[in-house]
Amino acid sequence: MKTQTGSVRFESVVKKYGQVTALKKLDLSIEPGKLVTLLGPSGCGKTTTLRLIAGLEMATEGRIHIGGEDVTHLTATYRKVSMVFQSYALFPHMSVRENVAYGLTVKSIPKAEAAQKADSGLELVGLSGYGDRLPSELSGGQQQRVAVARAIVLEPEVLLLDEPLSNLDAKLRRHVREEIRRIQQRLGLTAVYVTHDQEEAMAVSDEIIVMNNAEIAQIGSPSDLYEAPKSAFIADFIGDANLVPCEVEAITDTLASAMLDGQKLNVPNNGIGKGTAQMVLRPHALSLSAPGATGLQGQISYAAYLGKEMQYTVETPVGPLFIIAPVQANPFAQGDSVSVEILEEQARLVSA
Amino acid sequence: MKQTVLIWLAAGLASFALLPWHMTDDGLLDPAWVNDGAPSSGLSIVLSGGWWLAPAGLALGAALALQVLIAEPVRRARLTLGTAVAGLTFMAIQGLIIVRAGPRLFEGILTGETILAGQPGMGAGAGICALALLFAGTISLSQSGKGQGDAFVVSTIGLIVALVAIFVFFPVIHILVRAFEVDGGYALNKFFPRFFSSDIWGLGCLVSDRSCGVGMNSLFLAVMTGVGTTLLGLSFALIFTRTEFRAKKFLRVLTVLPIITPPFVIGLALILLFGRAGTVTEFFADLLGWEATRWLYGFWGVYFAQLLSFTPIAFLVLIGVVQGVSPSMEEASQTLDADRWQTFRFVSLPLMRPGLANAFLLGFIESLADFGNPLVLGSGYNVLSTDIYFAIVGAVADPAKAAILAIALLTLTLSAFIAQRIWLGKKSYATITGKADSGQNASLNPVLKWVCYGTALPWAALTLVVYSMIIFGSFVKLWGYNHSFTLDHYIRAFGIDFTTGRWTGVAWDSYFTTLTISSVAAPLTALVGLSTAYLLVRQKFVGKDAFEFSTMLSFAIPGTVIGVSYIMAFNFPPIELTGTSIILIIVFVFRNMPVGVRGGIAAMSQLDRSLDEASITLGANSFTTVRRVILPLMGPAILAALTYSFVRAITSVSAVIFLVSAKHNMATSFIVGRVENGEFGLAIAYSAVLIITMLTAILLLQLLVGTRRLRRSDRVQTA
Repeated sequence: MKTQTGSVRFESVVKKYGQVTALKKLDLSIEPGKLVTLLGPSGCGKTTTLRLIAGLEMATEGRIHIGGEDVTHLTATYRKVSMVFQSYALFPHMSVRENVAYGLTVKSIPKAEAAQKADSGLELVGLSGYGDRLPSELSGGQQQRVAVARAIVLEPEVLLLDEPLSNLDAKLRRHVREEIRRIQQRLGLTAVYVTHDQEEAMAVSDEIIVMNNAEIAQIGSPSDLYEAPKSAFIADFIGDANLVPCEVEAITDTLASAMLDGQKLNVPNNGIGKGTAQMVLRPHALSLSAPGATGLQGQISYAAYLGKEMQYTVETPVGPLFIIAPVQANPFAQGDSVSVEILEEQARLVSA
Repeated sequence: MKQTVLIWLAAGLASFALLPWHMTDDGLLDPAWVNDGAPSSGLSIVLSGGWWLAPAGLALGAALALQVLIAEPVRRARLTLGTAVAGLTFMAIQGLIIVRAGPRLFEGILTGETILAGQPGMGAGAGICALALLFAGTISLSQSGKGQGDAFVVSTIGLIVALVAIFVFFPVIHILVRAFEVDGGYALNKFFPRFFSSDIWGLGCLVSDRSCGVGMNSLFLAVMTGVGTTLLGLSFALIFTRTEFRAKKFLRVLTVLPIITPPFVIGLALILLFGRAGTVTEFFADLLGWEATRWLYGFWGVYFAQLLSFTPIAFLVLIGVVQGVSPSMEEASQTLDADRWQTFRFVSLPLMRPGLANAFLLGFIESLADFGNPLVLGSGYNVLSTDIYFAIVGAVADPAKAAILAIALLTLTLSAFIAQRIWLGKKSYATITGKADSGQNASLNPVLKWVCYGTALPWAALTLVVYSMIIFGSFVKLWGYNHSFTLDHYIRAFGIDFTTGRWTGVAWDSYFTTLTISSVAAPLTALVGLSTAYLLVRQKFVGKDAFEFSTMLSFAIPGTVIGVSYIMAFNFPPIELTGTSIILIIVFVFRNMPVGVRGGIAAMSQLDRSLDEASITLGANSFTTVRRVILPLMGPAILAALTYSFVRAITSVSAVIFLVSAKHNMATSFIVGRVENGEFGLAIAYSAVLIITMLTAILLLQLLVGTRRLRRSDRVQTA
């Protein structure tokens, strides 16, 4: 199966519903063959963006290009994109094969040819032999794959996926997302994937577009976002993070010295100027020891044993800190006084 | 798209040149218009001096030229749209101004022999030209905007708006105009004294022996009926949902009854029971020596009949409302130590309040619009709906009075309708969360339970007696005097002379007319109703709220008002339909459309929107989506709409009675005639046959739905 994979470009796209602005002046560009995720909390505009690409919503202002062609005024019917829906949206009155062949038959492709293409699509998602069943006779994961097959047999320029895993249980989710990624890479498809689950986004994407309040908060590869968050929002949204206010006092080429609760810490310089800032402390970037002279002094207010690790909440002068520590022979207990050590090279600075 | 526009325009031009523009006396299929040599097509009328038809032809020609000459799509679409609108406007203006008797306005300017000769109503040629211009316009509109529109959607909206404008608004406006008419002219200042006269709104009956105004009578009756049906309906609903009552299935049957009951049947049965020679009356007269009175023929009789007729509607509404009260709220109340009465009084009842208001307003509107019961029983109590009828067909025909009364009635029903919209628009049924709610509803407190049993069950028994009277009464010679068994009534109505094979019964004509017209009207009603529902649920467009309101409006317009407005509006050009069967079909389609719309909206709301979107993103257009995804999934809703509009067309009387003609008589108006002649036996026999006909139709359609489901589960098993 071949595809003519296409790029997606938004030029100053604005979407308003009456008085409500769903998207503020969005500029973005997605390269052919990449899987790009739109990630963000609910109501951030990620689904609106996806529906604008699909043509299910029309831009209020700005222009949209797909595969180099201006499609701003084309409705969904005439755009070469197809979409996998959160609810799968399989037609309940059609067999699996009829579902997959639907897009082909509405293009007046002969029935036999459409059925044949549908079968090869089903084979691609590992469902050969299920063509005669009704969608209601398949499990959730299988229905999901039928929805993917139905979208890719049309050889779209762009494949859109709207929270495709949210109706699956946690264990199946990992399996299906690997499957989607494998098919996308094998076919070299351009894919736009919407999710609110940051772990899922990190696992499948070439690039992640994090959205917040109807605009883009940061674009980058999964490791960029985790390692170099540009704002407190990103730091907090991608992975767990403790955000602690600090004062940047001096900057060198590679390091920035920041004062945190009277302690001077030398953390990597990621472009923050002098003055008030926030320090991003990942739960793994903090270690606990018995009370001592160095580190933040605190008291454990909550301790949980999770098998592979310990999770602690520690009350410190800079506020409660969430810490993950390996399981030890004698873990700390609630009420213990401890000293929190900050691993300086793993800390990051973001603006306050 | 360009092709579709071309085809429409070509069809329009062809019919302009070839088909008779005006309505022909013998109908289109009679070839008289081809042979008689008189100019008939739009083109030939223009050539022989009828210049006022030229704009329609010119617009079609110009639009066609635009399609061919202009390559740039958006400019082409905009110019075509403008041309089509101009053409339609000219068509409407010439039709409204130049009527059968020549020009109605601008007599000074419009002179000349041909124009003074006037013109008859529009016919096939005009109709196809108008459709061609409409669709050329709507398709162009969908191409001229920002790519928002889908040609199918815009065309459907355009068509429905045009139909509602012509067949709902145009007639109602006619009534309004008629009400201002004074001696051939129009006077604004005469309207108000007439509208507010004491004949309509007088309250004389409260302080003296004089009777109140008809408007007040109607209003009082409607409030009483609304309250009564709501309370009885609530009783039934509580028994149905909150008790261990055994015969719940039997109660369910009650909800079907009003749908299949012809309008006079309850009134007739009441006469047989409680009239002067009624069974019950005579029984008490013998037993207690009471004197038989005519109490039934007045307020109490009509009220009694309306309670019997409309309680099931309230019951149907309130079942849903009572079930909608979430069990978890009642359980919460009980865990907070409230007893069953407190739970009902302070939790359940307040949650039902919007539903109760809805049931009241429905009963109120139904009572105002009711025509059959007051006609049979209301001789001592005048109400608006029957007075309108008598103002048109009575000894002194007074259309202006009818128009005034119609406006009074319309004011009342519209106020109730708008009140209902505002009330229900604000309240949200917050208890229906979409989450599956487990848990059990609280059972009723014992006192309340016995109050419900005490009111609802005797009422159900009475309903049963009333309906069995219908069967019984049709088999006796002369009710009240001679109770010997006979089949005479059936033979007189539905006799067949087997020796000659002739249908000798007097009722056959109207029976077949009724069946034919209902079967034609039902699919059209379903089509218009469901298309409207599709547009309302699935499409976004400018003016959607106004669109929805106007399509629901015909529900609030009482049948008598529709009937009067139709004979006022469609009795002369440009649209001359009275006396045809077409007008009957149209009146059914637009009277019953709201039900199709509501049913369609309910069914379509259950189909996830992503199904449509999936189809659209897979490259299907709206039309394909409707045909291949939505329609197949809406089977039951379509059948329900079909059944309902079929049955409603059979039982409808209020609008129909103005529009029937000797050639096209309907069953209900035939029955009215028999009742007025005192032939109760025949009337009841005919009603019984109608009930059986409708039950058969309902069962057949139910069976169709049933087999459909079976086939699907078969398929599941074999796969």
